Amino acid sequence: MGLESDIPVLTTTVEKMVQWARRSSIWPVTFGLACCAIEMMAMSCSRYDIARFGAEVFRGSPRQSDLMIVAGRLSRKMAPALRRVYDQMPEPKWVISMGACASIGGVFDNYALVQGVDQIVPVDVFVPGCPPRPESLIYGIVQLQRKIDRQKLA
Amino acid sequence: MDSLSLVALLRESVPGVEIESAPSLDLQSTLYVSRDHLPAVARTLRDRDELTFGFLAELTAADYWPREPRFELVYIIVSIAGRRRVRLKVRLHGADPHVASVSAIWPAANWLEREVWDLFGIAFDGHPDPRRLLMPEDWEGYPLRKDYPVQIRKTPTSAEPLQMTEEEFRANVMKDRLTRG
Repeated sequence: MGLESDIPVLTTTVEKMVQWARRSSIWPVTFGLACCAIEMMAMSCSRYDIARFGAEVFRGSPRQSDLMIVAGRLSRKMAPALRRVYDQMPEPKWVISMGACASIGGVFDNYALVQGVDQIVPVDVFVPGCPPRPESLIYGIVQLQRKIDRQKLA
Repeated sequence: MDSLSLVALLRESVPGVEIESAPSLDLQSTLYVSRDHLPAVARTLRDRDELTFGFLAELTAADYWPREPRFELVYIIVSIAGRRRVRLKVRLHGADPHVASVSAIWPAANWLEREVWDLFGIAFDGHPDPRRLLMPEDWEGYPLRKDYPVQIRKTPTSAEPLQMTEEEFRANVMKDRLTRG
């Protein structure tokens, strides 16, 4: 991207343009499973203000979302529902696994919980913590933005 | 009315009942009833004018494996008019754990009995809807039993079967179109 002349025009490639547009407005689906969702809500509110990174519009419908933040422990009974929500999201879509429970099962090493949501959906970024502070989740979203920035179109 | 007079009253109302009072730390009346006499005792507790235990507050179970009888069912019943609570217990052997359902007597027992069936595998004879409540319907085993392998690793299912046939789905869509005009 560069200013070629005195004319107010920026030149770039389609790929960079698309990457910029995608990473600058990541809309997460409203999907909280447990206590991590409280931190996720804190992240979206004014104190931490995820709007600074263009990701503040939590959509009620998965059909309008780009990002699924799996915030909390996933029970086996919930797993088909999570997969259904993920399947309803349009491409391109990304998944953040938030917290220890979503990533590896956390303290719940038992029959009722899925030991890592990567068994159900493909995960792009794992955010550690129990629960992660809003700063950690923002860092995770920034990491995801970097990842989107490197994604080739073809 | 203390536990002893309650037991005496129940012995008088239900002939041949096997019932005994047990000590409890919290001074709440605790009665052990045999499995066969539970429905008659429950009905008496609800219907007698001086008892009126019309509210089933809690129904749960405990597993004392490897002791036998292994299970203890706990019914906590409340008389709102009499301002009393009674803890009713039933001992069950592990070989054949089943008991008569009390959901016809206290409708609140419906889901509670389903929960106990789901997690302890205690069958309730005559239950109107004997399905699992919390675990997935195709689950094997009863997780709150003491001999259940808690840390089993099974592959989670990520899809569930459709809950309606294609014909039903089409019929629903057509009905929706018609109602919208």
